[in-house]
Amino acid sequence: MPNMDPKKHEMPTQAPEVRAHNFMEVALGYEESVAVEEANRCLNCKTMPCVTGCPVNIHIPEFIAKIRELDFEGAYQIITKTSSLPAVCGRVCPQETQCESKCVRGIKGESVGIGRLERFVADYHNAHSTGTPEIPASNGHRVAVIGSGPSGLTCAGDLAKKGYKVTVFEALHLAGGVLVYGIPEFRLPKSIVQKEVDTLKALGVDVETNVVIGKTLTVDELFEMGYEAVFIGSGAGLPNFMNIPGEALKGVYSANEFLTRSNLMKAYKESPDTPIMKGGKVAVVGGGNVAMDAARTALRLGAEKVYIVYRRSMEELPARKEEVEHAEEEGIEFRLLNNPVEILGYKNPDDPRDPKNGSVIGMKCIKMELGEPDQKGRRRPVPIPDSEFVLDVDVVIMAIGTSPNPLIKNTTAGLEVNSRGGIIVNEDGLTSRVSVYAGGDAVTGAATVISAMGAGKLAAKSIDEYISNK
Amino acid sequence: MYKILTKKSLNPTVTMMEIEAPLVAKKAKAGQFIILRVDEEGERIPLTIAGTDPLRGAVKIIFQIVGATTEKLNHKAEGESIEDFVGPLGMPTHIEGLKKVCVVGGGVGCAIALPVAEALHAQGTEVTSIIGFRNKDLLILEDEFKACSDKLVVMTDDGSYARHGNVTVPLKEMLDEGEAFDMIITIGPLIMMKFVTLTAKPYGVPVTVSMNPIMIDGTGMCGGCRLTLLRDGERVTKFACVDGPDFNGYEVDFDEAMMRGRTYFDFERKSHEKICNLFKGV
Repeated sequence: MPNMDPKKHEMPTQAPEVRAHNFMEVALGYEESVAVEEANRCLNCKTMPCVTGCPVNIHIPEFIAKIRELDFEGAYQIITKTSSLPAVCGRVCPQETQCESKCVRGIKGESVGIGRLERFVADYHNAHSTGTPEIPASNGHRVAVIGSGPSGLTCAGDLAKKGYKVTVFEALHLAGGVLVYGIPEFRLPKSIVQKEVDTLKALGVDVETNVVIGKTLTVDELFEMGYEAVFIGSGAGLPNFMNIPGEALKGVYSANEFLTRSNLMKAYKESPDTPIMKGGKVAVVGGGNVAMDAARTALRLGAEKVYIVYRRSMEELPARKEEVEHAEEEGIEFRLLNNPVEILGYKNPDDPRDPKNGSVIGMKCIKMELGEPDQKGRRRPVPIPDSEFVLDVDVVIMAIGTSPNPLIKNTTAGLEVNSRGGIIVNEDGLTSRVSVYAGGDAVTGAATVISAMGAGKLAAKSIDEYISNK
Repeated sequence: MYKILTKKSLNPTVTMMEIEAPLVAKKAKAGQFIILRVDEEGERIPLTIAGTDPLRGAVKIIFQIVGATTEKLNHKAEGESIEDFVGPLGMPTHIEGLKKVCVVGGGVGCAIALPVAEALHAQGTEVTSIIGFRNKDLLILEDEFKACSDKLVVMTDDGSYARHGNVTVPLKEMLDEGEAFDMIITIGPLIMMKFVTLTAKPYGVPVTVSMNPIMIDGTGMCGGCRLTLLRDGERVTKFACVDGPDFNGYEVDFDEAMMRGRTYFDFERKSHEKICNLFKGV
């Protein structure tokens, strides 16, 4: 008999006043007994609507059934049939708009906590598994994967399981892509990403760091080296700025730079080699998950006050609800319907060599109201005349999206991109070049970890079919 | 890990190393740069490539000991390794079709100017080099410049060697005398490149400058290396790592670049002191 409680079991978290000052994970994960109780809320629907909401089609009711049977390792095996990064997805997937949005229990109450259960299963496996995965028999074919973010790792994992010899090329010194440079430790511990990468290596995948495709090697050279297919999962690229006065001042960061300094370069540590501006008052411009990550990172680095400045209202905020709630609980102040028009810098009138010159001393904003809906149906923000005011801040972080990186496009003849610079692919993930596939943010522009994984998965399937039928 | 094949001190504050990085050595062109990390947890710093030997898989770097990372790098011995070394990054210097070029280098910037002068010389361009240093002790690469230049002028700020004064003095003289350079390529401190550009302006000679801003990934992801160009009255943001490091000197907002370059001045000074004290204790 299923548990008919309309509410899902709450995720235990670190108390807001405690976690606002540390980089340890916010959500602590279900205990075994709670996981089993939550699994009991699943009705095991025959039609499995939840599975249709999952970009990688995890067999959700099946793995939940295994939890009910207390066979947690069995549950893990079902998830890994289709997902190569369960511990990551259980943490950062927007389940509320995917699998959980289709859950029948969500009609008269809250959906089953599918994401929380996935995380529980993955963490159980990571804590208890001792065996290394069996290396599949080689089929003698070699595939190159560019980028070790979610799409690249997924594509590499799926191909390796089919016996392909896969090499992943990573531009940075550490594998993981956005999972290591972008998403902060308190939301996704780096040890978990490392474990996922190690699992792939155990499957026989080679990871070559410090190789920039488009610079160190080109796509054409990869084919000359004997790779039969190439998957491009190079991620999103250059950060966007607003093109308002003052964006070059000292103390203005892109979210990419701020998060990379803290996450990848460990600037949050006691005495790091890589500097970052800590403390003071911080404004983060933007309303997506990246903006929430940057704001909460700034807070943990010791900021006395952190603002999210967003030009629309709470309803339009694109970040996950859970992240917004966590940010609010931690004391981040939302300045909604505000839009920056200028960043103000210090200038000592008597001393042009004053080291403080050029430091941020405030951000001038204008108040907005919502007007007519735009093409996407979102109400367009319109400035209210003469409503400018100055927000007193020392650091400004721009979290307003990215534009695709041109390095691979510029060095790969015949690779077509769209007007925004995203690589064009067909329904199989194939680009305009034979045997070159692509997926993730390099194709779609900034999106989610799981959609990138879905694209990596699709490309792996297409590459397998292509090489098998050659 | 990347092995240090050779190490040589050029003067008390400038060191030359050859690093084993065959893929980089095969591809690198004059004007491009690499990013390195000395050790685990180390910061990523960009250094322009000072030369390559593809047969030995060697990439030459020349660096001034200015901060914690370069201090740590300088403490590495020949035969030891550094953690990370990635490149070649950025666009090569455009030298095709140039007939007569003036290369102006300042201080450790001469290390980067040299491969450009050599590449120009190799393609048959007439090369005039002007290299400047604060004093005689800091002089580097004079013989190497002599070998690839049709004309070489050495300057010291204090007059302790060769001609007294800064690099703009002979440049202005040459321009006054009607030297018809197709291009002036200048590499050195921002303030020097700014004044080389200002010196050339009345004569309408194109100036290419090599920018070396703060950078993290070097591949077009973080945006830390952004600088502002003034183009047709508009302010345009560019990224030194993918759009540069070379830019049209007349377009660069040098004052802003200098201001941004001092962002972590205090931090860098303190961490350099800390590292120096650490090595003293060894």
